[in-house]
Amino acid sequence: MGFKRKVLELKKRREEVLKGGGDKAIEKQIAMGKMTARERIIALLDPDSFHEYDLFVEHEARDFDMDKKILHGDGVAIGTGTIYGAPVCIFAQDFTVAGGSLGLMHARKITKIMDHALKMKVPLIGINDSGGARIQEGVNSLAGYGEIFFRNTLSSGVIPQISVILGPCAGGAVYSPALTDFVFVVENISKMFITGPEVIKTVLGEEISMEDLGGARVHSEITGNAHFFAKSETECFNQIKRLITFIPWNNMRKAKSFEPREPKKEFKIGQIVPDDPKQPYDVRDVIKAIVDDSDFFEIQELWAANIVIGFGRIGGETIGFVANQPLVLAGVLDVDSSDKAARFIRYCDAFNIPIVTLVDLPGYLPGIDQEHAGVIRHGAKVLYAYSEATVPKLTVILRKAYGGGYIAMGSRHLRADFVFAWPGAEIAVMGPEGAANIIFRKEIMEAEDPEKMRKLKVKEYKEKFANPYVAAARGYVDTVIAPEETRKLLLHGIRVSGNKSVYLPKKKHGIPPF
Amino acid sequence: MNVNDCNESDSKSQCRTLVIDGSKYRTFLNKKFESRKKWEKYNPNKLEAFIPGTIVKVSVKAGQKVKKGQQLLILDAMKMKNIIFSPINGVVKLIDVKEGQRVPKGYLMAEVE
Repeated sequence: MGFKRKVLELKKRREEVLKGGGDKAIEKQIAMGKMTARERIIALLDPDSFHEYDLFVEHEARDFDMDKKILHGDGVAIGTGTIYGAPVCIFAQDFTVAGGSLGLMHARKITKIMDHALKMKVPLIGINDSGGARIQEGVNSLAGYGEIFFRNTLSSGVIPQISVILGPCAGGAVYSPALTDFVFVVENISKMFITGPEVIKTVLGEEISMEDLGGARVHSEITGNAHFFAKSETECFNQIKRLITFIPWNNMRKAKSFEPREPKKEFKIGQIVPDDPKQPYDVRDVIKAIVDDSDFFEIQELWAANIVIGFGRIGGETIGFVANQPLVLAGVLDVDSSDKAARFIRYCDAFNIPIVTLVDLPGYLPGIDQEHAGVIRHGAKVLYAYSEATVPKLTVILRKAYGGGYIAMGSRHLRADFVFAWPGAEIAVMGPEGAANIIFRKEIMEAEDPEKMRKLKVKEYKEKFANPYVAAARGYVDTVIAPEETRKLLLHGIRVSGNKSVYLPKKKHGIPPF
Repeated sequence: MNVNDCNESDSKSQCRTLVIDGSKYRTFLNKKFESRKKWEKYNPNKLEAFIPGTIVKVSVKAGQKVKKGQQLLILDAMKMKNIIFSPINGVVKLIDVKEGQRVPKGYLMAEVE
């Protein structure tokens, strides 16, 4: 065979594999509103940047007539490419080939690109679209999942790991995304669950649709398993691209710096927060009044909305924001919001992203359901995450900071590097109403007009203690600032923290209240 | 959710009042908070399905005297036959299941007193 013919044969072989599961299967995929595996990769990565490997991998299963079946690429595409020039490793399961089912060689391809990502210290993106374990390959497919989970854990905190759920992802398969940093879902396309509607129906007699059990909305609003919700695959890819601009390639680097830009004029920081600590506002407007170009990239927007987390830039540098949201549940800490904040703080800490905390909370959510759901151990995660974090930590107390909530939200006591408070800040053991009722209980009870006395005492307490100066007098607050000075001081705080180093006791690892 | 919809005089607003430590906060609630269940003290004499499943045997009738540890029902769930015993010496006050009936989790199957 001449060389030319050999090249021709290569072309033929490539074309054959790139057909995936064939025209019929591809038609079905399209009918479900889904792109094919390679279309997705091409849509996500920079033009012409994708290079695929292991195209010619074949499975070696013998049982159940599998030896007669050809599965192109063994149902998964792997490769490398770039997003806005940043290198990434990627795999995409090909649902058109045996339903994207995971067999031994399918898993080996995935683990190969995972090993590569960890070695090269670049982000890993996994596009999941699979019916699950390839039953014919038995324990080999279970081994494959196990090898993936192990690598997810090994890579955790070293390289960013992004999971994109663009089809079913059920049973054991869900645990790979669950171990990664960010999970992206798309309405009507993503489906994640441990046991599907069929099993639930036969075993338990309960009927539920896939969408209601583990659709994109469920995981974005109820379970908190997903971080980004999109209405189409294209929107989803744009979200991933945007995320990539905010995070570094690995834990040894910093996120890319951008040209600093002023926030938009329409966000007037002095006019957002009402005086009365019982009136709500949208804390995202405060963030937008602080960050460059008012560009705030929110994470887990729909879940535990009483706390807001996400990325923005100050002076061109990526910052992780954690902010109480008075608009929802008065901005309290509860089981879900604690989990949400704690995990994000650990993400920022692992990837050298300074944390800015905006505080305005009345405390923890009271209730039997909260206590019984373990708000103690969940709430403890926030304390743990802030205390453990060694990245620059800057805290701004916008309004109220009461009780345990004050301590938890990036306080000086958990080693915030800078704590600023606005003049209207109320830093106290509890709200004036509650405090006055306890401290002046006797006076109120014995007064001729208890209601009048209560009001008087609340006012007295408010004047004496509900301000930032008591905390400032002890140095718990570094300085009291006007709202308009916030961005300037944060920018300065971040600039002077660039060489922060902290000495911690040597240990294998801590035992956070998981 | 828009902060402009949180005006107290607007009766149509979804904005509510949440009381924490005696202070009344104007805020939106979330689904999870609004659908939280009222807590009830556990009563061992009320036999609720601890798992969804199917009743495969009803061994007693209402009004019947039973001894502590006596079999009342069999609840088949997760491929296991769970025998439901009487927690006390007493009388069956209620049997609200039939053989073959599917029961959801938390369903009150029987009560003994």
